[in-house]
Amino acid sequence: MTSAIVVSGLHKSYGSTHALDGLDLEVATGEVHGFLGPNGAGKSTTIRVLLGLLRGDAGDVSLLGGDPWGDAAKLHRRLAYVPGDVNLWPNLTGGEVIDLLGRLRGGLDEKKRDELLRRFDLDPTKKGRTYSKGNRQKVALVAALASDVELLILDEPTSGLDPLMEEVFRQCIEEERQRDRTVLLSSHILSEVEALCDRISIIRRGKVVETGTLADLRHLTRTSIHAELAGSPNGLAQLPGIHDLDVQGNRVRLEVDTAQLEAVMRQLSASGITSLVAQPPTLEELFLRHYEDDVPAQDSQEPEAAVR
Amino acid sequence: MNDFVGTGTLVRLALRRDRILIPIWIVVFVMTAAGSAKATMDLYTDPKALVDAARTSNASPALVSLYGRIFDESSLGEVSLFKLTAFGALLVALLGGMLVVRHTRSEEESGRLELLSAGVLGRYAALTSALIVSGATVIVLGLLTALSLMGSGLDTKGSFAFGLMWAAAGLSFAGVAAVTSQVTESARAANGLTAVVLGMAYVLRAIGDSSADGSTQWVSWLSPIGWSQQVRAYAGDRWAVLLVPLVFLAVLIAAATALIGRRDLGAGLVRPRPGPPRAAKSLRSPLALAWRLHRGSLLAWGFAFLLLGLLVGNIASNVDGFVTSDSAKEMVQKLGGVEGITDAFLATEMGMVGLLASAFGIQAALRLRSEETALRAEPLLATGVSRAQWLASHVLMALLGTGVLILVAGLGSGISSGASLGNVGRQVPRMLAAAAVQLPAIWLVTALVVILFGFAPKLVTGGWALYGVFLLIGQFGEIFNLPQWMINLSPYGHTPRLPGGDFSVAPVLWLTAIAAALTITGFATFRRRDIG
Repeated sequence: MTSAIVVSGLHKSYGSTHALDGLDLEVATGEVHGFLGPNGAGKSTTIRVLLGLLRGDAGDVSLLGGDPWGDAAKLHRRLAYVPGDVNLWPNLTGGEVIDLLGRLRGGLDEKKRDELLRRFDLDPTKKGRTYSKGNRQKVALVAALASDVELLILDEPTSGLDPLMEEVFRQCIEEERQRDRTVLLSSHILSEVEALCDRISIIRRGKVVETGTLADLRHLTRTSIHAELAGSPNGLAQLPGIHDLDVQGNRVRLEVDTAQLEAVMRQLSASGITSLVAQPPTLEELFLRHYEDDVPAQDSQEPEAAVR
Repeated sequence: MNDFVGTGTLVRLALRRDRILIPIWIVVFVMTAAGSAKATMDLYTDPKALVDAARTSNASPALVSLYGRIFDESSLGEVSLFKLTAFGALLVALLGGMLVVRHTRSEEESGRLELLSAGVLGRYAALTSALIVSGATVIVLGLLTALSLMGSGLDTKGSFAFGLMWAAAGLSFAGVAAVTSQVTESARAANGLTAVVLGMAYVLRAIGDSSADGSTQWVSWLSPIGWSQQVRAYAGDRWAVLLVPLVFLAVLIAAATALIGRRDLGAGLVRPRPGPPRAAKSLRSPLALAWRLHRGSLLAWGFAFLLLGLLVGNIASNVDGFVTSDSAKEMVQKLGGVEGITDAFLATEMGMVGLLASAFGIQAALRLRSEETALRAEPLLATGVSRAQWLASHVLMALLGTGVLILVAGLGSGISSGASLGNVGRQVPRMLAAAAVQLPAIWLVTALVVILFGFAPKLVTGGWALYGVFLLIGQFGEIFNLPQWMINLSPYGHTPRLPGGDFSVAPVLWLTAIAAALTITGFATFRRRDIG
């Protein structure tokens, strides 16, 4: 399978701030790729470099097999972009903007345009200045989704949408996946990424710190287990990969590295399981593990390896 | 009082934001007044020369319609400053109005006021604070101008009358802007509407002032700029006239507050109507979009330029009828008879029209930057539109737009001067040529904005500063005895004086070549820089 986007060792700084610090990213053709990170991690900067709006200081970037800086206009006919902050021309209607952007990309699917307007419940006759944030975002989404392109680049596209519209958006992305379109979805909404994405890259301070399928990533984390046993548990403390073990009579609570799950289960069933709750790691937990040292204070500057 | 809560905070916020802008404006006005007074006073050491100069000016309908009448031909102060009486009042009025829009409608449009309104902020706080900031600015400006004029050696009473009549014009238009800011939803439209009212005020006083037999002089009293002139600084100092603008301001404030009570935050009085659900077939290129974005302002400017041209041409045809004094007759002979003086007047006026058209060029080119900072360039540049295409779309609007404006003014002045002189066939092509030769200088100034946009986008509004410097050089360069190389810096000084003057190709070609080089460099640098 070829890659729609390949970024390696990308650096970009504004004055003294390092927005991107050796970022690597690979998005395979036909996949929905989640680009996950909090505000200020470098998601939008990466996307702007991919669109040729910014020039990287160092590193290689390839987009749809071309150079996003040099062949910008040519490549842009094959992709559609929804910015995080959508601003419209105050005296153009939403419908006019959708048509304009579509035509500048090389054409709109008329049927899909009408269908999307209906699904997103968007009035195309209102002037740009009268739309709310969510509605401006819908204008950009309709324009992008109705364009006949290979790649969708979406920068926090649901930040202004209500839950109903978020659901419509999810359905639309699901349909895009079935049509084998490539989607790069930047977000900080974990449930959205978890529901939609084939693969995920987590970005932190201008670097991708984790990348893979959700299953791959889960493998790196712990499953939490609550069990009630017939007899008293034994031997658990000696097993590798067990954390936060808490035994009260016949009740056991523990967390286990997913790789060691089998050994733990064997040990538990040796004592006879009467009830069991096992929780797979959530993306949130995964995410927080990468950021937990950012939460209390910003002074920790230790290398990424320590976090892994 | 709850409706005014937070006014003080907003005043401090506005002063913090404008802590550089406002002092610069004040200094420019104060220096211009003092410098102009000093320079003219040095010219007229002999009282007879003073009276002669004043009579010549009053005898010229062109000068009277442009600057106003001199009420006391023997008053040193009035003769020294008459060029800055109505014209200066116009500029102070522009400042007063712009400051109000900047701190009311602009804030509201950007959504920043909404952020503040969610805090403890009274309904009228924004307007009140904007009026306080604008009013205080023009009053301080007026008082400092008065002091600087006293310093130049003019009498105290007259100097204060002069400074305060400037301030009065500023206050009147702070009031006008208070109302226009309620009527429209965008700051651009509010500023435009204020400028239209200001233009009308200036034209009304020109009509009244240039009334030959005095029968239509009352028209000047319909204009806030006319009120400022009627204070008659250094020529009777009629303080009571200052009450007129104050009453005007009070009425406008009452109107604006009434309007605020009737509308929602963010909305205007003019409700936006739904538009077409589909784009026209033609809206499919960056150029089509640029035309859509510029056409409204171009139409308004075009209409104003047509009127301006017709007015200028019409005044020109009367120039000979007013030459009565001996000194003026002598001057006419030197200038080559009646046609000579008419041509000289038209050439000067076309120069002014060229300066005004440049303002459109600068404003249209600055649209590039506002589109970029408002994040509206980004989605376009993420489609098949190349950077060069996008840049070219707006640059073309600026360059062709100024061309249209100047030619419309040339056509208008050609028709009206030709009609009254009885030779339309000859006058129209002459005036079109006089208009066309203004273009290279206009394009050069527009191109300065383009290169700044490509090279140093954060400094792009420096285009206005350069324009201001060129204006000052043109107006005061010779009065201040600036060295020739400095005077030569202004592109406008190199424009051939047509009709009537000598036409040489070299400066026209040079100006065009420099404009082209600047534009091309602007394109090259823009293609290399980051967007945003």
